[in-house]
This record gives sequence, structure tokens and C-alpha cells, in this order.
Amino acid sequence: MKKDLVSGALDNRKESIYAEDIVKIKTQNLSLYYGEKEALKSITMDIYANKITALIGPSGCGKSTLLRCFNRMNDLVPSCSIKGLIEADGNNIYDPKIDVVAVRKKIGMVFQQPNPFPKSIYENIAYAPLMHDMVKKGKECDELVEKSLRGAGLWEEVKDQLQKPGTALSGGQQQRLCIARTIAVEPDIILMDEPTSALDPLSTKVIENLMLELKKHYTIIIVTHNMQQAARVSDKTAFMYLGELIEYNDTEEFFVNPKEKLTEAYITGKMG
Amino acid sequence: MKNDYFYIPQIEKRNAKAKRFHILVSSAIITTMAFLFFFLFTIIKEGIPAFKQSYIQVDIEITQELVENPYAINATLDKDIAKFISRSWTRSLPSQIEKNPDWIGKTVSLSALTNADVDQYLKGNNHKLSQDQQQKLDKMYEDGIIEFKFNKIFFTTGDSKIPENAGFFSAMVGSVLTMLVTMLIAVPIGLMTAIYLEEFAPDNKFTQFIEININNLAAIPSILFGLLGLAIFINFFGVPRSTPFVGGLTLALMSLPIIIVSAKAALKTVPESIRQAGIGLGLTKWQITRDHVFPLALPGMLTGSIIALAQALGETAPLIIVGMIAFVPDASTSIFNAATVMPAQIYTWSGMPEGMYIEKTSAAIMLLLGVLLSLNAIAIYLRKKFQPKW
Repeated sequence: MKKDLVSGALDNRKESIYAEDIVKIKTQNLSLYYGEKEALKSITMDIYANKITALIGPSGCGKSTLLRCFNRMNDLVPSCSIKGLIEADGNNIYDPKIDVVAVRKKIGMVFQQPNPFPKSIYENIAYAPLMHDMVKKGKECDELVEKSLRGAGLWEEVKDQLQKPGTALSGGQQQRLCIARTIAVEPDIILMDEPTSALDPLSTKVIENLMLELKKHYTIIIVTHNMQQAARVSDKTAFMYLGELIEYNDTEEFFVNPKEKLTEAYITGKMG
Repeated sequence: MKNDYFYIPQIEKRNAKAKRFHILVSSAIITTMAFLFFFLFTIIKEGIPAFKQSYIQVDIEITQELVENPYAINATLDKDIAKFISRSWTRSLPSQIEKNPDWIGKTVSLSALTNADVDQYLKGNNHKLSQDQQQKLDKMYEDGIIEFKFNKIFFTTGDSKIPENAGFFSAMVGSVLTMLVTMLIAVPIGLMTAIYLEEFAPDNKFTQFIEININNLAAIPSILFGLLGLAIFINFFGVPRSTPFVGGLTLALMSLPIIIVSAKAALKTVPESIRQAGIGLGLTKWQITRDHVFPLALPGMLTGSIIALAQALGETAPLIIVGMIAFVPDASTSIFNAATVMPAQIYTWSGMPEGMYIEKTSAAIMLLLGVLLSLNAIAIYLRKKFQPKW
């Protein structure tokens, strides 16, 4: 039954027009420890450019932890240590010579709860580019704000109220504001940690369409609890269980023809 | 009327228990309020008369001789009236003449400050006047020769051994100077410490040890900070004693833990998602803290700092130890001159035997309470005003 729902979602999916397989992120034998506990067990996977890669799995399987490895958010957890390799465009992101702040500028992140700064819509977007010296105050900055808001499909809704606090927008608009804020610093890769789980179905649909639009320019990795969402938007899907990468395949193949028993059990709702 | 459908066993008993508890807690509130009202009522009743002061109308022939020896007027005046006039007023006569040189050679009608006994008698308090003098005063009061005026002296002079000449001004100036020193030292250091501990410091045994110690410092009896101030600032660094500088330093030591603890609490209320948003955008820790976390925590930090300063303003014990309880007749003009502070002045007056100091004590308490209440009001206003709108 559940499988039918998923394949239904698959049929509605727009076909990716950027299908060349360029490896954007290379992960090799990545293990992560919280103190003694091994949270990620020797993960090896390639993430492809201009594709949406979905990470799915039951709660506590390590999918968010893996996502947070890609922009080194786990560095903030004191007891956390990492073994293995992650390369973005051939550059080791855990290289001690690299500034972690630069990594996070290149690899942006959108969070589960919309978290705009309690400032105006304009400032929300302009702040980080100004801090990164990407634009100068004034016309240049105004243009970037407009471009970013257009990129997140929010411009038409807010163009007359840029000075309104970002927190006054609806939940879906706030999340799009957060996406606009992320693309304003011109990252290569966008990580999304359950970006629609706090939103209603309509806003979810808007964000999903936006993601399909965004993948033309960015590589997107999304963590989701919602298998239909993974089926609807992603090109590649990875299933994780207890810190291990069980199966990673093209989304269509993954849902229609799972190789592993665990995957099948999970997507048919017999587990998790 | 018993309803079987909505029946719960023992419902009456449970309701009665709830009612008893309600009465118990409300009686606690009522007791507190009663104490507070009694306290305020006594203070205000005692203190209000201190804001007026009796003056006596006297005709004085001004001569050059008075400039050298103002007490010579006692010989020219009626014997009783001479006794009613305050010594401090007579003493100030030469400077009045200097200001008005055209008085010399004329008989001028002046409004002279009466001494404490006259003032207290007319206000119905204890006095040392004879039956005769009392009758005379009653007559003069009816004739309008003696009248009450607003007590400017209380707000313009410092302490004095002559009760009618004692004022609160130098104590107020001393408090302002001391608070200035305390504020300039404790607030920046306290806020920076809190920001460091909350935002930047690694969470390890050492920082935990520091935090526990800061929390405990907030609960240390204030007199110990006085001893610390005496040992470090006066004995070791040789800072001059009795000055607003050393008092301010000592109070800053005392306020620091309170400011740090409250500022840390204010930083804790800033949602973690704001910091995460900044990290996700590749902002540095400093940019996130300065532009996103600090503005959100500012109202709480301000409130905590003002409350800590208000507490320091009402503190006496540590200041006694660093010598700020001294008799200071003149308002201090710099933070390195001897000064006293409001609560210390209240403490000094409260030990004086003369009746006039009793009302001055109460009036001073009213002023101090007024300042403290307005500080708290400012704290509430600032918190409301800078509250971020979500």
C-alpha cells in the first residue's frame, strides 16, 4: 500500500535535465564518534552535482549527523571526533589549513525550524554577504537582496515590505527567507535538514518546487522523514540504519526495486 | 442534592482542603503587605515634617563689626529671640553681608533659621524649651513672625553637628560618584565575562569551576567584600580611603557576580536556532555574538545590571569598612575626595540623639527608596522597550 503511494509520487516528479554525473562531494570511510559511541560507521558515498540527494531512515539512524559532517557543524559538539575523508570538489573539508567558516560559506545550510534573524527581511539577507565583503552597501546590496529573494520565489510576496521583520512572515515564507539568505552568500552546496517538517502541506509543496528549481544551480542534500518527499524531489536516495549506509541508489530504482531487505522493510512501512 | 452521575467520592473533603490551602497562601501575602504598609506609613509619617523648616523674622542692624563677629547680634536682639536663632545661621551672616554690601549701616528684616528645639516644639516633638519660651513661640507663630518654609537646607548641605543645618546633599553626591565608579567598572567587566563564559569558553572542568565560584560569590555576605576592598585596594594598592573611588571599586566587586549571573541568564534565553543560523551562513562567532545574540540578550542584561547597581546603591556594610561612613560636611567634588553615601548617612543619623535627626533619617530613607524604586522602574521600562519583537 505504502509502496503504491511512493511510486505515485515518483510519477509526478519532473525529470532532471541536468543529468551529467559529476561527483561534488566524495565521502570515504567516514566514521563519527560521540565520545566512545560510534554514530556513523564507515560511510562511503558520492554526492553528485546539481542533483538532490535525499537521506532517509528511522530516527537516530545518523542521517542528520551525516548531513552536519558536510559543513562541519559537528565541530561544535565537544565530544565529537571524526575519522575518514570528505572532499568537496576534491578539497578535503577537514583539512586543518582550511578555515571552517569558509567551508560553511561554500556549503550552506537550511534548518528544520525556520530561523530568520529577528531583523528586517532586507537585513536577514544582506547581513551575511556584507560580512563576507561580497557586496557593498547600497545599490549592489539591494540587487543581491532582490536576486536572492527571486531565487527563493519570495520576491513578489515581500517586495513592498522589505523593512518588515522577517519573523512576521508565515512559516513557509520564513523558510523561503532562510533559503534566500543561504543562497545570498552564493554557496555551491545547500544542506537541508528536514526543511519542511514544520510546515503545512501547501508550503511544503512550494518549497519542494523551489528545490527542483534550485538544483539547476546548486547541489542539494536533504534529510527527510517523509519518504514521499524523497520520492517526489530527489534524484538519489540513501537509506541509513543505525549509523550505517544500507543502500544508496537512483531514487526511482531505490523505491521500485530495493536491493536490501532492510530498505524494503522500511519503505513498505514494516519497520521504523 | 446528590447527583449520582457526577459523583466522586470525598469531593467535599478535597474541595475543603483546596480552600484551606488557598486561605493559607493568601494570608501570607496579606501579612507581607501589612508589614510593608506599616513600614512605609511610619517612614512617611516621620519623614514628611523634615521637608519643612521654621524660620523667624528678625530685624537686624547690619554693621561692619558683624562681618568679623556675627555672634554680636545676640547682644542687639531680644534675649529669647537670640536663643531661637540657629547658630549655623548666625555663622553664615558674614557671607550674606558680603553678597549684599549695601546692607551695611541699615536695619534689615531677615528670615533667620530657627534652632532645632524651636522647630521640634512647633512640630509637636520633644524639645528642651521652658514654659515661658513656649508661650512666646506660640504667640510669634500666631503673629506670623515664625513661619514654616520648604526645607532647602536638607537638599543643599552636607552633614552637620547642628541638627537644623544637616542636609542630605553631600551623601547624594557621594552616592552618585560611587555608583559611577561601580557602573563603569562592574557593568563592562560583568557583561564581557558573561559573554565569554556563555558564548566562547569551552565547556570543561575549569570553566565549570569558575562558574560555580561566580554563582557562590553572589551569595557571600557583603561585609566580606568590604574586608576584601580594605585589604586589596587600601592596604595593597594604597587607594585613598573614604573616597568614592575605593567605595565604587568595592561595590563593583560585590555587583560583579550578580551582573554576570543575570547576563548569563539573559544570553541563555537567546534561542540556539539564531546561533545555528549564523553558523550555517559561515559567520564568525564574533559576528554572530555581536550582531545577533547580544542585541537579543541586551534587555535582560540591562535589567540585571540595573538591579545589581540598585542593590549596590543601598549597601552600607562594605562601605563602613572602607571608611565611607565618615562625617562629611561638604559635597565631594571628585572621586578622590572623602565622601559618604546615602545609606551610610542614614545609618549615621539613625544613631544621633537629637530629635531632629529622627525626621531627617526618615526623610532620607524616603529619598533612598524613591531612587531605588525609580531605578527599578527604569529597568522594567528598558526591558519592555528593547524586547525584540518576534
